[in-house]
Amino acid sequence: MTLTVGVLSVQGDVYENILSLRSAIDDLGIDANAVEAKTPEEISSLDGLIIPGGESTTIGHLSLANGSMKVLKEKIANGMPILGICAGMIMLSKTASDKVVGQTDQPLLDVLDIKLERNSFGRQKQSFEADVSLDSVGISKFNGVFIRAPSVLEVGSDVDVLAKFDERIVAVKKGNVIGTSFHPELTQDVSLHKYFLSLIK
Amino acid sequence: MISLSGERQNARGIIADKINSFDTVRGTSTVKRGFAHMLKNGVVMDVTTVEQAQIAEEAGAVSVMVLDKLPSEVRKAGGVARPASIKIIEEIMDAITIPVMAKCRIGHVSEALVLQETDVDMIDESEVLTPADEFRHIWKWDLPTPVVNGARSLAEALRRIEEGASMIRTKGEPGTGNVAEAIKHIKKVNDELRTVKAIYDSGDNQDLVRIAREFKVSYDIVEQTGKLGRLPVVNFAAGGIATPADAAYLMSLGCDGIFVGSGIFHSDDAKDRARAIVLATTFWNESDKVKEAQKMIDERQSMLGLDVGTLELRMQDRGGSA
Repeated sequence: MTLTVGVLSVQGDVYENILSLRSAIDDLGIDANAVEAKTPEEISSLDGLIIPGGESTTIGHLSLANGSMKVLKEKIANGMPILGICAGMIMLSKTASDKVVGQTDQPLLDVLDIKLERNSFGRQKQSFEADVSLDSVGISKFNGVFIRAPSVLEVGSDVDVLAKFDERIVAVKKGNVIGTSFHPELTQDVSLHKYFLSLIK
Repeated sequence: MISLSGERQNARGIIADKINSFDTVRGTSTVKRGFAHMLKNGVVMDVTTVEQAQIAEEAGAVSVMVLDKLPSEVRKAGGVARPASIKIIEEIMDAITIPVMAKCRIGHVSEALVLQETDVDMIDESEVLTPADEFRHIWKWDLPTPVVNGARSLAEALRRIEEGASMIRTKGEPGTGNVAEAIKHIKKVNDELRTVKAIYDSGDNQDLVRIAREFKVSYDIVEQTGKLGRLPVVNFAAGGIATPADAAYLMSLGCDGIFVGSGIFHSDDAKDRARAIVLATTFWNESDKVKEAQKMIDERQSMLGLDVGTLELRMQDRGGSA
């Protein structure tokens, strides 16, 4: 059966993730399609989903507006693998606060028991590239692109820490739910997208 | 794919302190252009006060652009238009979580450095302000903060990218509430992209050299553009966008997102209009949603448009020949 892997196409770098998924699918030689998904109907037919980088407030408000937030929560509760990148990880989290502004009341999916700090490394000028390791999923070295990136301040007992950078948690996993602070879709390295695809059955 | 990686060695990045024995690099092309990628399919709104910035954030804007006066006010006030007060920019940065941009004058390196020091997330080297240098734009590779530039043609866009622009906005005519110029210029850029792609696909390298000479840019960037079939950086539409349908139409022409200037905060229904333009930008290909968005605004509250043919000040011409 052909798997359908979606990228939430509300706002952000959707196309970049589709391209990464396509080359990961080619590398693995599996029978899968990478598609954009925006409406509740499109989301409900997916086997896996990436929430891409972007602005989490925008993605949250607009996902509420067309009813996809509710479908997303149901799908994730039923075990659909999901990868949240940067803004996407913020969307998955339980609580998010901004480094400067403090607590925000933005809409969140609340499927990962993590406490998260937005813009944790500073503003755009402080954005950076650095190597990170995700040893527990078999990726020893990955070029992490951090753009106004969040970091995870606290994790719940059932959440695994996949990667840390500068003593801060930058990648987490709980079952089929993965979140990263950095942007694998802005590099040519598709190993993280490949790992995500391996979770989809 | 818009190739971002592989530039780590070549980019004029700043090598920061070693953390955990890994090198941390700031200000690379990937990091600067990547920031623009995060804004895609979104709306950047011009604001002049903290209150307007909060309305923009709540409406779902991906970023705000801080100005001293909205373009339509610049048009009325005349005189020299300069960047916004640093104090207001800082107040806005402290009040909202979305990225904050600010404009500096074309060619004014020190104004750009001041904005960079202020820690704005992106600098707009903008023709809305009075140009400081008639002949040259800022050399933007040296700035760790990304810069966006305006362009009316593919040649102008590629010249800006070769100076280090991390993002392009196709120019309209700012402060008019008239979308005609924005449409004209994105169509022109699209036509020129099709031509360059066709030449690239035909393998006629000599003709690519001719284009490079005509555009006054390097052969390499013409070749790269032909190969991609699109601009090598993110491209938004700007200038004269006043309604949700304006935004939806520009998205349908292949723009990556929208800048809205006077159109929102110079209308009498700013809150609803901000929200409606965001909805129309996101759901531009679903006409029932665009209609819903259009219904949220009242045409009697729209800013009064200006006929571009009768304008005394054509902002789009500024810096165009450089």
